[in-house]
Amino acid sequence: MSNVNSQPVLKLDGVRKTFSPGTVDEVVAIDGVNQEVKAGDFVTIIGSNGAGKSTLLNLIAGMFPPEKGGKIHINGQDVTNLKEYKHAAYTGRVWQDPSVGTAKILTIEENLSLAFSRGKRRKLIHAINRNRRSLFKEALKPLGLGLEDRLTCPVGTLSGGQRQALSLVMATISQPALLLLDEHIAALDPTTAKTVMKLTSEIVNREKITTLMVTHDMDIALEVGNRLIMMHKGKVILDLNRKAKSALTISDLISAFEKASGDKFADDKVLLKAD
Amino acid sequence: MGDKLDILLNILSVSCYEGLAYGLLTIGFFLTFRVLDFPDLTMEGSFPMGGATAAALIVYAEWNPFLATLGAVIIGVLAGLITGFINTKLKVTALLSGILMMVGLYSVNLRIMSGSNIPLLRHDTVFDLAGQVLGLGKMGLAIAVAGAFALLAFLLLTWFLHTEIGLALRASGDNEQMVRGVGADTDKNILIGCAIANGMIALTGSLVAQYQGFTDVSMGIGIIVTALASAIIGTALFRPNRVITMLLACFGGSFIYRMIITVALRLGMSPGDLRLITSVMVLIALTIPLIQKLTRGEWVPPAPRL
Repeated sequence: MSNVNSQPVLKLDGVRKTFSPGTVDEVVAIDGVNQEVKAGDFVTIIGSNGAGKSTLLNLIAGMFPPEKGGKIHINGQDVTNLKEYKHAAYTGRVWQDPSVGTAKILTIEENLSLAFSRGKRRKLIHAINRNRRSLFKEALKPLGLGLEDRLTCPVGTLSGGQRQALSLVMATISQPALLLLDEHIAALDPTTAKTVMKLTSEIVNREKITTLMVTHDMDIALEVGNRLIMMHKGKVILDLNRKAKSALTISDLISAFEKASGDKFADDKVLLKAD
Repeated sequence: MGDKLDILLNILSVSCYEGLAYGLLTIGFFLTFRVLDFPDLTMEGSFPMGGATAAALIVYAEWNPFLATLGAVIIGVLAGLITGFINTKLKVTALLSGILMMVGLYSVNLRIMSGSNIPLLRHDTVFDLAGQVLGLGKMGLAIAVAGAFALLAFLLLTWFLHTEIGLALRASGDNEQMVRGVGADTDKNILIGCAIANGMIALTGSLVAQYQGFTDVSMGIGIIVTALASAIIGTALFRPNRVITMLLACFGGSFIYRMIITVALRLGMSPGDLRLITSVMVLIALTIPLIQKLTRGEWVPPAPRL
């Protein structure tokens, strides 16, 4: 048992990613990242514009492979060259755009059923049955949005916040090894964002899912989770544990950034918020 | 008075048979274009291929017409699989994959028929075989046979599209990123969808050929526009938002489209003009939203190219 616990859920070795290599548009998005994430960790990821935060999440989700030599292991399995849909057996995702995480033409229960089959072989059996329906209701109830009474409504009739909350449930319902949140509250209005963030913490704590969350909100990055990673120009430049980050304020964080990178912190959304 | 009633009944029964037969084709169109968001032009080749295969199997190989019809469906499924393969594995756009198939299948159809057409008049078709059992008149028989195939397809598809695999297929056209994100293979969904769609289209081809008593290499020309017209009519009338209404909309849309065509022919329109009429009909339907926007003074985005 201790053996299982000591194995990192996520292990990145020499992961690099260059877009448009060999052209004038060449961008080194990820420049040699080596990281381990332990079971139960809730890591928040911040960084300036173009730091490579989303690219890192996309690599872990298998949207594209890292350059040769880089390795990605999830639960000890080499997933480096697996196709995106096979990565999904290990990772649940919530995107920034609420419309990406759900299929609007399908009903709430159909969306959940799609997510419920994550990591399993899809069969020629009815996607909805009584057992599943009650399981879906149980999963939706804690959201407190009343979605459990609207199982047969098309998702297209839900608001952005509701869709994002549903995406969260979909990303976690089949207990993936890793939950990837890519600025998942950035497109919501402040009140809804707060609600969805609260739901996120509740679900992650209840299901004890290892989580990586990219965010622009430094308050949240400091407040939530037990580890904070700061990225700059494709590298991890700051890695704080729970103790280290609990003592920090936003301005500490920005000066820590400027010290570590020798650069000015450039993130329009953050600066606006930090005033 | 009796004459007029006869004409009306005749128009209705012809449209009924054609609505059922071409409804299968419209479902094939709907599956690729709307459900998968995969504009598949293969049907211009797979529709005559269904007719060619069934006719060749009945006339040259002397197969039982039901088996020959099944053979036509299987050939259509294969054509769909190849289109899906060209797109998903060889990374050619959906539109071009279909165009390549449609052009290529023209030659294949000539080979299947060893010529440009096969008359079926001296051979038993599924309609003749059903007639030996049911003993209905020609029109009743046509409706019964097409209706049986339509019912079978309706039940199978309703079941399939509600299974785990069917659900992933339906989501693929709406949100591919999400489908991959929950671990379903979108390539597989495209392959399955194209296969089913072209199987249905080939089935229509084989039924139409057997009903009219001949098959011709050019019978697929413009079929895509008739499918589009039927789908537009069906969507407008049924506003389908679930599987069952979607399938019914395909049959209903085909029925009404075919009725318009039958009436147009009755009114003395030349069969050669029908395709122009259909195109203009579709064009009008497609530009209604634009005209509504313009009259309300709304902003109109640039034209899409794909």
